[in-house]
Amino acid sequence: MPMSEPLLELNDVSVSFDGFYALTDLSLKLYKGELKSIIGPNGAGKTTFLDVITGKVRPTKGSVTFKGQSLLGVSEQQISRQGIGRKFQTPRVFENLSVLRNLELAASPVKNAFSLLSSGLPQNAKDEVHRIMNYVGLAPFATVKAGSLSHGQKQWLAIASLVAQAPEVLLLDEPVAGLTDEETLRTAELIKSLAGDHTVVVIEHDMEFIRDLDFDVTVLHQGQVLTEGPLDQVKADPRVIEVYLGPPEQ
Amino acid sequence: MKLFQRLVPWILLAVALFILPAALDDFRLNLFGRYFALAITALAIDLIWGYTGLLSLGQGIFFSLGGYAVAMYLMLNTKSLAGGNGIPKFFENYGVAELPFFWKPFWSPVFTLIAIWVIPAVVAGLVGWLIFRNRIKGVYFSIITQAALMVFFHFFNGQQKLFDGTNGLKTSTSELFGQLVGSPDMQVVFYRLTVILLPLAFLVCRYFTTGRFGDALIAIRDDESRFRFAGFNPVPFKTIVFLVAGALCGISGALYTVQSGIVSPQYMSISFSIEMVIWVAVGGRGTLVGPIIGATVVNYLRSLVSEALPEAWLFVQGALFIFVVVLMPDGIYGWVTNGGLRSLLAAFGIAKKATTYPRLDEEALPVD
Repeated sequence: MPMSEPLLELNDVSVSFDGFYALTDLSLKLYKGELKSIIGPNGAGKTTFLDVITGKVRPTKGSVTFKGQSLLGVSEQQISRQGIGRKFQTPRVFENLSVLRNLELAASPVKNAFSLLSSGLPQNAKDEVHRIMNYVGLAPFATVKAGSLSHGQKQWLAIASLVAQAPEVLLLDEPVAGLTDEETLRTAELIKSLAGDHTVVVIEHDMEFIRDLDFDVTVLHQGQVLTEGPLDQVKADPRVIEVYLGPPEQ
Repeated sequence: MKLFQRLVPWILLAVALFILPAALDDFRLNLFGRYFALAITALAIDLIWGYTGLLSLGQGIFFSLGGYAVAMYLMLNTKSLAGGNGIPKFFENYGVAELPFFWKPFWSPVFTLIAIWVIPAVVAGLVGWLIFRNRIKGVYFSIITQAALMVFFHFFNGQQKLFDGTNGLKTSTSELFGQLVGSPDMQVVFYRLTVILLPLAFLVCRYFTTGRFGDALIAIRDDESRFRFAGFNPVPFKTIVFLVAGALCGISGALYTVQSGIVSPQYMSISFSIEMVIWVAVGGRGTLVGPIIGATVVNYLRSLVSEALPEAWLFVQGALFIFVVVLMPDGIYGWVTNGGLRSLLAAFGIAKKATTYPRLDEEALPVD
C-alpha cells in the first residue's frame, strides 16, 4: 500500500443540526500510525467530528472513508468492528459490571450473541485483559463494580476497555478531564505506549497534556480546520491565540 | 453453612412438592399452584426488565396466548362440551358451524404442548425484533408494549365467533385423561407440574443471566449505545431475551389457566400486566430469587386481604408498591441480602449493629 493512501479520510464534511452547522466543509486525513491531538474552543465541532467517524451522526454532506470504504450509513457496531474505537468525553463504563467483566466484554473477539451464550472468552483474550488491567493499575479492583470506582479510575477503565477492544484507530475524547496531575502524566504515558501500531486521535483542553503527548496538533474552529502543525508552531499562530488560547499571561 | 445453603433450594422444592399438598386443603393448594405459575411470569419479566432494562407492560399478551392454547385444546377434546357438530358448544351461540381453521391443530396434544410456548415466543420475537431494530427504547418501549397489549385485548374481546369474546374459555369443566380438569385430583397434578416447572424456568433464566451473555444484558441495561460502540449489536441480544420471556410467560399462562379454570381477555387487561411488574419490583429485580418471592408474597397477600376486606386490595397493592419503591428499591430479596433484616433487628436492639465506619475507641485517643 502506498504511504500516501490515508487510513481515514473526511472530505468536505458538513453536519447541520436544524440549520446550525457543527462542521462546515471539514476535510481531514489520518494516516496509519499517525498521532494527532485536536484542540479548539467549545463548540468548535471536536466531538461532532468523532460522532461522524463513529457513525453516531450522519453528515449532511461530504464523505467519510476508512481504508477506502465509505463509513456513511454504516452502524456504530460495524464501524467499531472495522477497527475504530472511541472513548467518550465522560467516562462511560458499564457500572453494574465489575472491572474485569467490563474489560472482558470489550476484549471479546466475537461479538455475536449466540457465541457469547455458548462459549467462553479465549485464553489469549483473557491474558490480554489481565495485562491491560495490570498496566492501568486496576488489577486490585478486578471484582469491584465499575460504578463504585473513582472518576479517575473510571477514565482509565474507559481507556483500558478501548485498548482491550484492540482497535486500529483510537479516538479519545478528553481522556484526562478531571484527573490529577499524576494521573494525567500516567495517561499520557499509556497513550504514548499505544503509538506505533495504533493510530491515535486525542481531543483535549489540557495544554500540559498535549505537550506531554507531543503529537501533531490540529486546531478546529467553527467546524473547520484552522491550522495544523507541531504544538509550538500552532501556539504561536496569532489566529489560534485569538480564538482559543488567549494572549500569553504577563 | 455452605452445605446448608446448597440444600435450601432442594428443601424448598421438597416442601412444595410433598409437604404443602399434605398440609393445605385443596383450595389453598390450588392458590399456591397459581402463585407459582405466576412466579414464572415474574421470572420472565425480571429477565427482560431486571437484567436487560426492558420494561414491558405487555407480558399479558404472551401469558394469555399460552392460556388460550391450552384452553382450546381442552375445549376441543372434551366430549361433554361439544355441540351438535362436534365442535365446542359456544360456537352455536354465534351461528358458527365450522371450526375456525386455526383451532384445528389444537386437536393434537403434541401440537398444543409445543404451541403453549412456541406461539408466544414467535410473537414476542417478532414484536421485539421490530421494536428493537428501530431503536425504540425506554418509555417508548413500555408504551408500545402496552399498546400492543390493548390491540390483543380488543381482538380477543371482540371476536366472539373465534374465542367466545369476553366470556373467555372455561377449562374447569373440560376433561383431560377422562378426568375433570377442575377436580381436586387433577389440580394436585397441575400443582406438582407447576412446582417442577418453576425451578426449570429459574434455571433457564440463570442460563441467560450468568456468563458473558448475562454481562452483555447488564451492559445493555447500563449503557446501550456504549455497548454498540464496543462492536456489539444489541438487537439480537434483546430479541433473544424478549423471545425467551415470551415463551416463559406462555407456559406460565397455560399453568395458570388450568388452575384458575378459565382464560379470558381479562388476562390481557392493562392492570394485570402492570401487576406482574409490581411483583418483580416487590420481590427484587435483578435477582432471580426476588421475582419468585414477589409473585408469591404479593398474590398471597392479595388473597388474604381480599378475604378479609374485599374492597381494600387495590389500595393495599398501591401502598405496597409505593412502600417498596421508596423504602426498598432493591425489593424484599435485595433488602434482606443487603443486610436490611439485620439493621431492622439492630434497631430493636436484637442484633448487633454493623460497623460501617472504623470506630474511634476512646482508649485509642491520645491522653493529655
